[in-house]
Amino acid sequence: MEYRIHFGDWITSGLDWISANLNWFFEFLRAVYLGMYDSVNWVFNTPPVLVVVIVAALLALLARGWKFGIGTAVGFLFILGVNQWENAMDSLSLVVVSAFLAVLVSIPIGIWAARNDVVSAIVKPIMDFLQTMPALVYLIPAIALFRIGVAPGIFATVLFAMAPGVRLTELGIRGVDHEVVEAGHAFGAGPARILRQIQLPLAMPSIMAGINQIIMLSLSMVVIAGFVGAGGLGGEVTKALSALDKPLGFEAGMAVVILAIILDRFTGAFGNKRAKALLGGLFNRLPRGGTPPGEPTGGSDNPEAISDLVDENRATRAAP
Amino acid sequence: MTDTIALKATGLYKVFGKHADSAVRKLQDGATREQLGGATTAAVIDASFEVKRGEIFVVMGLSGSGKSTLIRTLNGLQPATAGTVEIGADNITGAAPKRLRDIRRKRMSMVFQHFALLPHRTVLDNVAYGLEIQGMPRAEREEKARKVTEVVGLGGWEDKHPSELSGGMQQRVGLARALAADTEILLMDEAFSALDPLIRREMQEQLLELQATLGKTIIFITHDLNEAMFLGDRIAVMRDGRIVQIGTPEDILTNPANDYVEQFVQDVDRTRVLTAESVMRKPRAVVHLTAGPHGALKAMRDEQMSGVYVIKRDRTLIGWVSDRACLDLVRNGDRNLESIVQSDHGAVSSDTALSELFIPSLESALPLGVVDAKNRLIGVVPRVTLLATLGGEPDAAREASPDRDPIPSHVVDKALEVAIESGALKVEEVD
Repeated sequence: MEYRIHFGDWITSGLDWISANLNWFFEFLRAVYLGMYDSVNWVFNTPPVLVVVIVAALLALLARGWKFGIGTAVGFLFILGVNQWENAMDSLSLVVVSAFLAVLVSIPIGIWAARNDVVSAIVKPIMDFLQTMPALVYLIPAIALFRIGVAPGIFATVLFAMAPGVRLTELGIRGVDHEVVEAGHAFGAGPARILRQIQLPLAMPSIMAGINQIIMLSLSMVVIAGFVGAGGLGGEVTKALSALDKPLGFEAGMAVVILAIILDRFTGAFGNKRAKALLGGLFNRLPRGGTPPGEPTGGSDNPEAISDLVDENRATRAAP
Repeated sequence: MTDTIALKATGLYKVFGKHADSAVRKLQDGATREQLGGATTAAVIDASFEVKRGEIFVVMGLSGSGKSTLIRTLNGLQPATAGTVEIGADNITGAAPKRLRDIRRKRMSMVFQHFALLPHRTVLDNVAYGLEIQGMPRAEREEKARKVTEVVGLGGWEDKHPSELSGGMQQRVGLARALAADTEILLMDEAFSALDPLIRREMQEQLLELQATLGKTIIFITHDLNEAMFLGDRIAVMRDGRIVQIGTPEDILTNPANDYVEQFVQDVDRTRVLTAESVMRKPRAVVHLTAGPHGALKAMRDEQMSGVYVIKRDRTLIGWVSDRACLDLVRNGDRNLESIVQSDHGAVSSDTALSELFIPSLESALPLGVVDAKNRLIGVVPRVTLLATLGGEPDAAREASPDRDPIPSHVVDKALEVAIESGALKVEEVD
């Protein structure tokens, strides 16, 4: 008797069942993916190239300062110079859509896992699976479910990239000072208010690191997605690989590197003051360390002042 | 009677781990904490106490004694495994989550050891936090928070963030947040333990000052016995999850319930806890104003003293007379004591702390007098007693006789004899 576990067959029949019965769902997802991709791509590819470069450089300037602004401009001009502009914008659109969807899925799961040990215990191995499965393998069912094109690329990218988002969100929320959460409870705050006013703001640095990781993983996956016809820089790399086209391979590769660096610096800046000003108070101010020098040691250097205040307090209390 | 009780805990248990309920039953049947086995930890065992309205009730114990868990069962942050906590008519144990939140909003607030401020909010927003949860409109709660911030001495710091403040100031914010919520009960969990000693002292004094005006019911957790003694109207001492003694600071100090408490209180600064009343002795000799110089002189001779306190019939303290002044009066044949009574007796009130007796005691010619609220002489504190109390042996001083040099008794005898011979005094008055 031959020893053989037919794992692959089980997966295949499972996927067959899904595509037979849930086809409508994946068709719907495909339409959503394509719609989002086209909209974002329109934003990047419709305006004149120089306008996009200048706007990107200005945003970079605001986010991190003039060095990053100039670096962004130079990087984009390099991409333009090696004739990869359109491909780079395609890939960028793919990253933006995939990362957005991955964030949208992973943060709620992370919050849920942080609040429920059972969920956490279930989610953890799934995330291990998603993160360690060789990225190319995702493309196989993705083609089966979404056919060739951008949609399977986005699907595979979301699966591959969401793990750090879930993990770092859970970690961040679980790491929030227990006493501060207790303070919320002690003053009678409900769970939703504690999440909104205490846990999320205090976990924000960790969540931001998660989002940064999602974006970087998305970019690496987007290149691999070139194998399923997602186009963009990934498509160029695939083409160069099959034709052993060294110049094309390195030009497309460099464009990926430049995009990666720019995206990383942008998202890494989410926590700092400039970016917060840029985001216009979208997030509450984050905690920061450091104590200004020369502060007084306490408010009651003058005991009389205190008792005056106490008297004043008595007066205010006595008033109806 | 019941409305003088702010909070009542009855048979409170908190057991962590599996099979908590059966662990409670075992404990109720007399099992010790150790017999429960490794998987279950009994943090609070059979705690029962009442906290009176407006009192500072201190729960004191070393780390691991269960005091922090105990305070958390009082507001339901840790649901009790067994027993009840009643706040007025409300029962905390077994209250539905929504009801529990409501009780926390309206009836009790909490100050935390590590301040537990919201780091992303300003001082003012932190202080207003409880009010915000209560649903108070922004303008109103900010106004109220501003006032309370002033009261705790942080005026001008409203727009700073907690990380810009020193530890002591941060805890003032924590205190202000609890005060602003304007709840009757204040739970303070090691509130000053994370502060350095000088700031801690300052905060303790400020708390007492505030308490004098606000009259909150405060349940204060600490591991520092000196702090417990300084702040507490009553103290519950906890050990290994059980409350081993509840009493006033003086009770705990002078009548420790067991060796553990006794060992614990050894290091306490007694001078700040004990009062004049607790160490005073019965005055060895006092004379009524009507006794005259002869009576006074005789009393001093009998007790070998150089001076004596003079009181009225109702024991009101008038002053003191010295033997030499009396002797002069007797020699002059004057029978009225009033002319030599010195009013600078320097007596202290009965609730004065020992630490404040030293200087008056040095300045006083006689053993320091102790008077009650109606200025009646109820005792004296000889210097020796004061010293002996510091040594932890107040009884050792009982027989000691502190005094200036009295006039030798033969001189007194002779003066009295002369007075009798001259007819100024009758024999029976002297013997």
